[in-house]
Amino acid sequence: MSARPPATLAAARAVLAKELRLERRAPQTLVAMALYSSTAYVVFHFALARDTVDGSLAAGVLWVTLTLAALLGIGRLFVSDRDEGGLEGFLLAPVDRSALLLAKAAALLAFLVAVQLVAVPLFAILLLGPAPGAGGWLRLVLVLLLADAGIAVVGTLVAAIAVQTRARDLITSIMALPLLLPVLIAASRATAPLFAEAGAGALAGRWLAILGLYDLLFALLAWALFDYLVED
Amino acid sequence: MAPEAPAEPSSAATPRAPAARRGARSPNPTGAQGAGGEPAHAIELDALVRRYGERAALDGVTLALPAGSTLVVFGPNGAGKSTLLRVLATLLRPTAGTARVLGCDVLREGWRVRGRIGFLGHEPLLYGDLSASENLAYHARLHGLRDASARIAELLERVGLASRSADRVHTFSRGMVQRLAVCRAVLHDPAVLLLDEPRANLDPAAAELVEPLVGRSSGRTRVVTSHDPVGGLAEGDLALGLRAGRQALLAPAADVRPAQVGELYR
Repeated sequence: MSARPPATLAAARAVLAKELRLERRAPQTLVAMALYSSTAYVVFHFALARDTVDGSLAAGVLWVTLTLAALLGIGRLFVSDRDEGGLEGFLLAPVDRSALLLAKAAALLAFLVAVQLVAVPLFAILLLGPAPGAGGWLRLVLVLLLADAGIAVVGTLVAAIAVQTRARDLITSIMALPLLLPVLIAASRATAPLFAEAGAGALAGRWLAILGLYDLLFALLAWALFDYLVED
Repeated sequence: MAPEAPAEPSSAATPRAPAARRGARSPNPTGAQGAGGEPAHAIELDALVRRYGERAALDGVTLALPAGSTLVVFGPNGAGKSTLLRVLATLLRPTAGTARVLGCDVLREGWRVRGRIGFLGHEPLLYGDLSASENLAYHARLHGLRDASARIAELLERVGLASRSADRVHTFSRGMVQRLAVCRAVLHDPAVLLLDEPRANLDPAAAELVEPLVGRSSGRTRVVTSHDPVGGLAEGDLALGLRAGRQALLAPAADVRPAQVGELYR
């Protein structure tokens, strides 16, 4: 047996594997997010008194639902670490704290993608009017991935702060929603043409660029701040 | 030779740290290296202060512990024992003063310290939904241990948990969880052990099982908190008594009577 402090990526892989294993063993986060999404569609169906939605309304319904579902995942991101001392276990190891940021953001991204694999088709079945063609769906996947990356990074930052407070759920909502508003706006605007009644419109490059810029900005910010958030 | 500990501010006693059983070298207040390149003192505290807001949990603790020795820390609840361990473990930053572990400043060189300490606090730092061996494998990866499976199997065998290695930790009794936490703390073969009441939840047989790993016979430098004056003094080389964060007692354990320790609790 030999020991050498692991590289950041190796440590991140260890934490990510642990996160996914825990979620597989006790799938609370994914189940909560998926149930929330499907319930929200039913609520929208009755609240809007419409059988189908399209265009910007459809985009709004989809992204409000996905963003609020993401809040559930963000709120639970560090819960097992707090309840079972896992955060201290990590802090005692000779590894770069950024490994935790990488692993947690990757775990949240995986949860978002997994939920959206269910939630987006469900949206298309339950609420969406004219469904886009194959090209439209591919473009939607691009928007989803760019938005998810931003949600994952910002969500990890917020979760790391919120878990150290007593009012974890309140802090998560209060901090995450304003920070995620640019993602919500850009993703909705980018998605609206895809759900247009006249057929899938062109993807607005401007909104994709905004999403990409947002991801980059918050990734850098998270990298710079995360050590201070998790250490004493 | 008995190295001299720094003067202790609040006690009438002039403490002298005992010679280490192994590897003790001359006093080293400046952090100078011993003959083998290792610092003579495994732990050096100089006017260490840690505050939580206005309240000082540690207030001016000063001592030097030779490598291979055991510091036993006494004090009533809230005296600062756990805070001291957490500062040494780099989980808390000192507010003032310095703390050095194996010659490394915990504030500036925390990353160097972490790989060389084993910390056993009140929480086991284990995931209930992972099995015993999965928990240890996870910590082994975080410590960069290669081929850790043999080490994990050996440790589980030594604490009597080999037959439960695949079971999830939430099915364990508190004593079993504590035994597994001991395995986690020594998994990477640390030079210094920081132990907060390590025998809590252990029956006598289980305490005997973990003794070679975290007890005096482990041969490691240890900082151990205790509420048991007789047992604590017996396993310590240097005794530290804390009261409201202040150093109320610092002396070689052999020179301290259990009644002196008892006074800390009055």
